Amino acid sequence: MTSMSKPFIDKHLPKNKLGLSVRNYEGVMSTLCAGCGHDSVTAALVQAFWELDLAPESAAKVSGIGCSSKTTAYFMGQSHGINCVHGRMPSVATGANAANGDLNYIGISGDGDSLSIGFGQFAHAIRRNLNMLYILENNGVYGLTKGQFSAAADYGSKSKKGLANDQMPIDPCVQALTLGAGFVARAFSGDKSQLIPLIKAGLKHKGFALIDVISPCVTFNDHNGSTKSYAHTYKYYHPMVHTDFVAHADEVTGAYDKDGAMRVTMQDGGELFLRKTADDYDPRDRAQAIETLMMNKTEGEIRTGLLYLNSDLPDMQAANKLPKIPLNQVPYERLTPGKAALAKLQARYR
Amino acid sequence: MKDLVDVSDEVRVNDFVIKIGNVNGTGSASANGLLMKAIFRMGVPVVGKNLFPSNIQGLPTWYEIRLTKDSYMARSGTAEFIVAMNAETYKQDLADVSPGGFLLYDSTWPRPDLHARPDITAIGVPLARLVNAAFDNARTRVLMKNMAYVGAVAGLTGLDVEVIRGLVTEMFGTKAHLIDANMKAIELGLSYVREHFPDPLPLRIEPMDKTAGHIMIDGNTAAALGCVYAGATFGAWYPITPSTSLMDGFKAFCEKFRVDPDTGEKNFCIIQGEDELASVGMAIGAGWNGARSFTPTSGPGISLMSEFIGFAYYGEVPVVLFDVQRAGPSTGLPTRTQQCDITLAAYASHGDTKHILLFPANPKECFEMAVQSFDIAERFQAPVFFMTDLDIGMNDWMIPELDWDDSYQPDRGKVLSADEIEKLEKFYRYEDRDGDAIPWRTLPGTHPKGAYFTRGSGHNWKGGYTEDSDEYKEVLDRLTTKWKNAANAVPAPVITRCGQHARRAIISVGGCDGAVLEALDRFAENGVNLDYLRVRGFPFNAEVDRFIEQYDEVFVVEQNRDGQLRSLLVNETEAPKHKLVSILDYAGMAANPKFIIEGISAHLEALGDVA
Repeated sequence: MTSMSKPFIDKHLPKNKLGLSVRNYEGVMSTLCAGCGHDSVTAALVQAFWELDLAPESAAKVSGIGCSSKTTAYFMGQSHGINCVHGRMPSVATGANAANGDLNYIGISGDGDSLSIGFGQFAHAIRRNLNMLYILENNGVYGLTKGQFSAAADYGSKSKKGLANDQMPIDPCVQALTLGAGFVARAFSGDKSQLIPLIKAGLKHKGFALIDVISPCVTFNDHNGSTKSYAHTYKYYHPMVHTDFVAHADEVTGAYDKDGAMRVTMQDGGELFLRKTADDYDPRDRAQAIETLMMNKTEGEIRTGLLYLNSDLPDMQAANKLPKIPLNQVPYERLTPGKAALAKLQARYR
Repeated sequence: MKDLVDVSDEVRVNDFVIKIGNVNGTGSASANGLLMKAIFRMGVPVVGKNLFPSNIQGLPTWYEIRLTKDSYMARSGTAEFIVAMNAETYKQDLADVSPGGFLLYDSTWPRPDLHARPDITAIGVPLARLVNAAFDNARTRVLMKNMAYVGAVAGLTGLDVEVIRGLVTEMFGTKAHLIDANMKAIELGLSYVREHFPDPLPLRIEPMDKTAGHIMIDGNTAAALGCVYAGATFGAWYPITPSTSLMDGFKAFCEKFRVDPDTGEKNFCIIQGEDELASVGMAIGAGWNGARSFTPTSGPGISLMSEFIGFAYYGEVPVVLFDVQRAGPSTGLPTRTQQCDITLAAYASHGDTKHILLFPANPKECFEMAVQSFDIAERFQAPVFFMTDLDIGMNDWMIPELDWDDSYQPDRGKVLSADEIEKLEKFYRYEDRDGDAIPWRTLPGTHPKGAYFTRGSGHNWKGGYTEDSDEYKEVLDRLTTKWKNAANAVPAPVITRCGQHARRAIISVGGCDGAVLEALDRFAENGVNLDYLRVRGFPFNAEVDRFIEQYDEVFVVEQNRDGQLRSLLVNETEAPKHKLVSILDYAGMAANPKFIIEGISAHLEALGDVA
């Protein structure tokens, strides 16, 4: 991790509605390996925030431990971030969200952080339908500790030293679907045209939005025999649903409807247009989504896109009937019952 | 067979123990509670201790009610009157009756072995037979048998039945048939003893006026109430005995006081975590984001939370942890009390970590110190441990009525507003601007200039990542200073002097207080002069050092095997180790003065010294 800031020159760059350039959405310099998939995800996040005209301080970035978790320092430098303990980011996000649901919660995790040490917290944040964008930067390997298999490594996939993985992988998207997630997507760090709209849609989804991003590790898992290498992913990845996100409905051109696009109004604003690229795929069908992903394994295909969407599920804030004023701003006068109430209450203890 | 054999002529008024042996899951808790409350309503000070198994149904349970005209707060360790309702524990109950005492048993079935002690009196009341004749339903009979012994005890001791009737009426409110049924059962026991044992026992309950202005409340409920009054808005927890009732209490009070009647919106959020790790993580997330947050747990939970505790310490995130201690190690005795997490909490987590601890001694302090804990956590931007225990947390204690000062405003600590951030040239999270080792913090979303990155990895005063030795040490040293400064923020120790020249003293903590104070009275009667300091916070106030300095020897009274408070005193004060003599009770039972009197007396005798 670093705290090195980047030189800031943005005169030549276009500005969004807040008069800000993409540079205003960057963080400090990345210290990841050159060519790391995670840096592409960071760049996509920066682009997505800029395009959505989000105030730079409106995000709350949460992460655990690992290469992916470090990246929260590399975007939205004008937003708060908390880089907590390994595998426990979802709990911190839960408490933070309860205190103030008005911020855009962005969790960045990895396959070790989410699927091994943090598998429980990952699952329970989904069950609570915590309103956050959860990006799992999935490279099948422990990078910071130099190349051990993660729980996402495919069966038979080879390590850099040539050893084959002999355990079955955990598919975070299948898990999320079975746990009731309302937004489940898979993407590839090498395809920004798909990733950026998914990030925007995930931010506008009110509830838990998972994007499992295949994000190759150039140093420890980009060799022949790896199923999470750039070459392998480029060869087998297969978009199922094309996603477009439009912040304002009036900008919509009629072309989408002619294409037979599914139009979804997001609870947090904007509209989503989903176009199937596979004829028989319906992203509103949870069972079909699970079945499709299970077939991935046998076919070796990596099916991507917004695989499942249900934007009608109540999120944690709604389930707990939290007030419109964030809990961290409710004045004390509304929280204390006062002296008279205490005296009255104690009758039951006499 | 003549049951009642009077072996004691000494009349004891409002100064004895009634102990009820029963089977858990039979509904005896409400009968025992009723008995104790009725004594309390008669103006007689009481101490109630529930000894319950880690089980839902079928195992032995005891309830002790000490009537203490002198308003002592501890168990006496005696049992002058045992109500033996559990056949499986008859033998033990018989053995436990204090010499000259009484044992009430269910004489529906003959119990000749109960006459094995000539020094006590066995009183047979055919409770099951009486109840079975009067009630049809099997479950009702089980419940009413308990009410019947309440009546029998009332008849034998002079407990006012009208007071009982008042309580039963309050208990069941508009359900007249339940009031009638319960009173009928009570009358059964009462009439039987009046008819068969017309002479009153020498153990008598007579009205007093010493409970006015007092309430009976458990520490977990009082602490929960403190959380409400402190303005805590977020609590996360994982169920664990003996802390569960704290969150139950918080939820009940919030449902009463914090729900908007118009919108149904709740000005609080309670989340049951998937485990203790998640629970403390949530509380830390909420604390980081500016909500007053807490997690109630017990020792096993603290073990699990330790990694996160270090994170909150190093990242300087306010959060309050309620540790309702139970006997360890490991699963230990989940329903028995101890003060066995003192060193764990003081230094929880890997690396150099030191924490702020508060030690309430009773439910009144639970209420007050809960509020203080949140103020201190936010002022010092640190985890704060509220160190209570099963005895304080789950037993009903008689305490003065709680009071509240409406002028109270929470100390939210150093949090910069958007305007204040705007005026700054640059914000650095860990900058010691005021020279008090407490930096200013900002809340997410307040202002783009106020953004910072909270990390558990090495960081410098600016909040940036660092592996530079000097920068790393600078932050660590400031944390030490900050922690030391908290010695003046935690509740000051309470010192009780015997009024004579004393060469020796006692230091104790938490729920041992009542037992120590009672032991001091006994010592004073025997001309043994001892002063007493009760620690209420950690880091130790300078007063603790000064106190120890004044004596040749200081007995450290606590409820754990290893002398954990003593270890902290050795570690964190200038006191010479040899001066501190451990008096330990780690049997898992609420403290009673006996172990203190015996421990100190044995020590003095070994020295050939009496004072």
